[in-house]
Amino acid sequence: MSYIYRLLAALLLVPLLLTSAGAQTELRDLVNALSGGKLSARAAQIEAIAATGNVHAVPVLRALQDGTLYFRKSDKQIFLTKKSGKDFVLSDPLTLETIATEPRKAFTKVRVNNALRRQIASIIGTMTLHSDDPQARIAAANSIRKTGEAANLPTLNDAIKAEKDGAVLAAMELARAAIILKTDATVDEKVDAIERIRTAGGTSAIPLLRTLAKGSDATLSKAADAAIAEIEQAKALWNIGQTVWYGVSLGSVLLLAAIGLAVTFGVMGVINMAHGEMVMLGAYTTFVVQELIRNNYPGLFDYSLALALPMAFLVSGACGFAMERGIIRFLYGRPLETLLATWGVSLILQQTIRTIFGSTNKEVGNPSWMSGAYEFGGLTLTANRMWIVVFAMVVFSALFIVLKRTGFGLQMRAVTQNRKMASSMGIRTPWVDALTFALGSGIAGIAGVALSQIANVSPNLGQSYIIDSFMVVVFGGVGNLWGTLVGALSLGIANKFLEPYAGAVLAKILILVFIILFIQKRPRGLFALKGRAVEA
Amino acid sequence: MTKAAHGSILYLDGVSVSFDGFKAINNLSLILEPGEMRAIIGPNGAGKTTMMDIITGKTRPDCGDVIFDGEIDLTCHDETDIASLGVGRKFQKPTVFESHTVWDNLELALNRDRGIFATLFHTPTGQDHEQITKILETTRMVHKSQELAANLSHGQKQWLEIGMLLAQEPKLLLVDEPVAGMTDAETVETARLLREIAKDRSVVVVEHDMGFVRDLNVKVTVLAEGSVLAEGSLDHVSSNQSVIENYLGR
Amino acid sequence: MITSFIFKALDRRAIWVVGALVTLAAAVPACNLLLPANSPLHISNFAITLMGKYLTYALLALALDLVWGYCGILSLGHGAFFALGGYAMGMYLMRQIGSRGVYGDPVLPDFMVFLNWQELPWFWLGFDQFWFAAIMIVLVPGTLAFVFGWFAFRSRVTGVYLSIITQAMTYALLLAFFRNEMGFGGNNGLTDFKDILGHAIQSDTTRAALFAASALSLAVAFLICSGIVRSKFGKVLIAVRDAETRSRFFGFRVENVKLFVFVVSAMMAGVAGALYVPQVGIINPGEFAPANSIEVVIWTAVGGRGTLIGPITGAVLVNAGKSVFTAAFPEYWLFALGALFVAVTLFLPKGIVGAIMAAKTRLSRPPRTSTTNAAPEAAE
Repeated sequence: MSYIYRLLAALLLVPLLLTSAGAQTELRDLVNALSGGKLSARAAQIEAIAATGNVHAVPVLRALQDGTLYFRKSDKQIFLTKKSGKDFVLSDPLTLETIATEPRKAFTKVRVNNALRRQIASIIGTMTLHSDDPQARIAAANSIRKTGEAANLPTLNDAIKAEKDGAVLAAMELARAAIILKTDATVDEKVDAIERIRTAGGTSAIPLLRTLAKGSDATLSKAADAAIAEIEQAKALWNIGQTVWYGVSLGSVLLLAAIGLAVTFGVMGVINMAHGEMVMLGAYTTFVVQELIRNNYPGLFDYSLALALPMAFLVSGACGFAMERGIIRFLYGRPLETLLATWGVSLILQQTIRTIFGSTNKEVGNPSWMSGAYEFGGLTLTANRMWIVVFAMVVFSALFIVLKRTGFGLQMRAVTQNRKMASSMGIRTPWVDALTFALGSGIAGIAGVALSQIANVSPNLGQSYIIDSFMVVVFGGVGNLWGTLVGALSLGIANKFLEPYAGAVLAKILILVFIILFIQKRPRGLFALKGRAVEA
Repeated sequence: MTKAAHGSILYLDGVSVSFDGFKAINNLSLILEPGEMRAIIGPNGAGKTTMMDIITGKTRPDCGDVIFDGEIDLTCHDETDIASLGVGRKFQKPTVFESHTVWDNLELALNRDRGIFATLFHTPTGQDHEQITKILETTRMVHKSQELAANLSHGQKQWLEIGMLLAQEPKLLLVDEPVAGMTDAETVETARLLREIAKDRSVVVVEHDMGFVRDLNVKVTVLAEGSVLAEGSLDHVSSNQSVIENYLGR
Repeated sequence: MITSFIFKALDRRAIWVVGALVTLAAAVPACNLLLPANSPLHISNFAITLMGKYLTYALLALALDLVWGYCGILSLGHGAFFALGGYAMGMYLMRQIGSRGVYGDPVLPDFMVFLNWQELPWFWLGFDQFWFAAIMIVLVPGTLAFVFGWFAFRSRVTGVYLSIITQAMTYALLLAFFRNEMGFGGNNGLTDFKDILGHAIQSDTTRAALFAASALSLAVAFLICSGIVRSKFGKVLIAVRDAETRSRFFGFRVENVKLFVFVVSAMMAGVAGALYVPQVGIINPGEFAPANSIEVVIWTAVGGRGTLIGPITGAVLVNAGKSVFTAAFPEYWLFALGALFVAVTLFLPKGIVGAIMAAKTRLSRPPRTSTTNAAPEAAE
């Protein structure tokens, strides 16, 4: 953390460095003074540095606090130091430039004690309260709150008056309230402070509130209790939100895995047990594309997924096309045989991949834009999960549009509903069958690209998704894309809500048992078609 | 149950059923006397097959009474119960057990205890033999008795199915388009069989073939859009203006 | 009543099969135990165990065939019943270890001591008695099949939907048995068996006896299946398979018919599992893997479903092939198995036995004659 502070401070300093040369000299003298004097005099020295109000002092103070501020025995010069074997890497305390590397034994540490460290923390806090960077201001407010130094109150009050940024203001208010609670302010003021903590909703204030709740003053402890309750409730709500998010994220993975199946099984009624292997092929295509890019055009690495998408669609789609033409078309009307034959294909595909790539997991890299995380209120959203949710929705919408709005989609639906009629209307039904199957497989390949970002890319990748995918399609209702969407999301969310109580494995078992029972009750899924036609 | 049902073999009153908002059957009422044979005609989508589905328990009506034999509420029984109560049904498409011989088909259809253990430890009796032979004679299939049902012609399958219904000995028989796809000779043969059956039970025949309906010479009910449009002799209904508009006129 | 059932079960072909199995049950152990090792007819310990294993697989395939071949229920979860029977046997064998385990606890199996369990869970009680375990071997798979089938068949889940949920069932069990908390040894399953009915499980005579037991169980199961499919109930099964709705409208309780045959089949699978475990010496959750259950389907399909000899032939042939293949070209076994799935469904839908019988029927009556007794072959 201190590294980041230093970096932030350094960034802030750059423009100032050039302008305030006079203030600089004054500060340097004060800093170098630290090399002399007793420990008892140190408080005054620090106070003097703080009094300059010069933000350049922050790194020095920080180093003092961390114990990395040393002076050279020979000339009493102060340096920021970094250990490197038996040497110190020295930097100038104010400009932060690296100066030299010298043996450690030529230096002496500027000593501080805990009382001084607290003093420094609060000084750093107040000094950075007026920083230009909101993050630095929040950090300052937080450090002031943690030290709880009553002396910082006036500075803090000034800062609050000047502050415009909501998030920073909340942090400052919290800090102010925390300090007030520690002083001997009136009960009314303290209740007001508790109120502010409550609205700011800081979970970090809970320990402080707990001690207050146990305190002697009835009004205060009551207010503290209420505040704790409210903060915890808010936290619980955020937690629910977080769980929903995890559920949506899992649901999107399920959706991606199942959506191709919704086409082959839902629209065509073909059980494709090799569906999981289509997903696996997509993932391996991503791996190959990334390897090619890494070896030949490393600069394009961030675009590797975008390049892998069409490739994966083509590879899996072609594989699906071949399967339909070579095997499945001979088995229409014999769903159980189709199931067995496609299982055979899945075994062959797995073994092929194992023979070519080996059975170990392959490393598929995350592009930079897919790493990291975002904070949103009390939620943490990791970038890769977020992109997968977005991606799943895009794929879903695209498929929906293809099915409902294009000529091919129309032909596909026509063949599904009445093959003979469609055929006599001049639709080449075998062609439509093959393309539909290729489409479903291609989408599975695309799903493989996305899954390669979060799952282990191994020959068994497909196996782990096939049962889940079937569950989603069957649960949602065969032949209904919306059903697949709702099915995937609700199963994902249900799974994540069960996990804290039952554990991951038991949650999955419970979901499976639930679906088995659900199918008994509604054999045709959530969104079932009713009537005579479907019975036939 | 409803008093009005008393004395009838089949009584439908105010029956409605809808699939996803589409009203397949709309406030349908129908009474069939014991021993009566009734022809039901109507355009496609008039609800003829759905009506049969309701009577045989395949589809549950949304509302209305379906009463069999004057007192049995069919809406609270399933297909198996209803079949055991004495309602037989012939499908539009001939449906027989294709991997069984004609003889075995008839044996399975015989009105005997159909429980698991009864069938598991069943020994064919002389009575079974006699009854099957008689049905084979009626349906003129004696020479085919050891043939697999899968190897029969379309018309023979229809007759086998009718023979199986005879073996089932139902009180009420529902027949869905028995002569669809038949040659003229086969049609005549089928009409003969049906009349034979109708001697000692009630029969409802759904048919498109007007000539066949005329041959049967029975009371006719015209269905359209899920309800009864007209009822009476064929001549009576075919002169009905709305029937002409709805069906015959097309 | 019962006599007529047995009488019908023992038709000409069934007598041959049962006779062959009984001969096998006597001859193979004799060749193993009595002949000297250098005799050309001597059967090694390894071979007898391997053959015993094949016979338990054959029993499992036969069980599957009863529901799939005759009643049209494609169960992708029969491995679960097999594994449950196996676990029931495994629990008995674990209790027989007594204090000879690594930790020497007289009651608790090693893995429980390892997990710091203080006492035997209630569901392990009674498994120290063979008769109790023997009942559980059929009762546990039977009960699961009953509960599962009760719901599934009543709500008319059929075809691929049923296949998929049977697969989900065995998958759920797979996940469950992997959990240590379940009390079945988790990942490692049950192993390190010592005794069965007081005899050392590794001894030659025990191995021979287990082989004989497998062959005789298969013979008995064959008789039961033969009796079922040759009775009027067997005709009802085929009627349900070919035209479920039609049989319903003839007053057959289709759900009960299916339920009965499903439970009988599950119990047979349980027995197969119970005979399998002492011969291979281990039972672990891997037996619940959906892939295993599908493999059983291919044995049945290769041999010929809807025949009783087919699944036995198929199970033995495919597994013998697997043994040879995995020894010679381990890389290519999955290719071969995968190709087998595709080839059988495309080119040999009736399986080996079905194809032979069809050919025989064609040869035996070149011109169409309307004599009796020619037709019911397909249903045997």
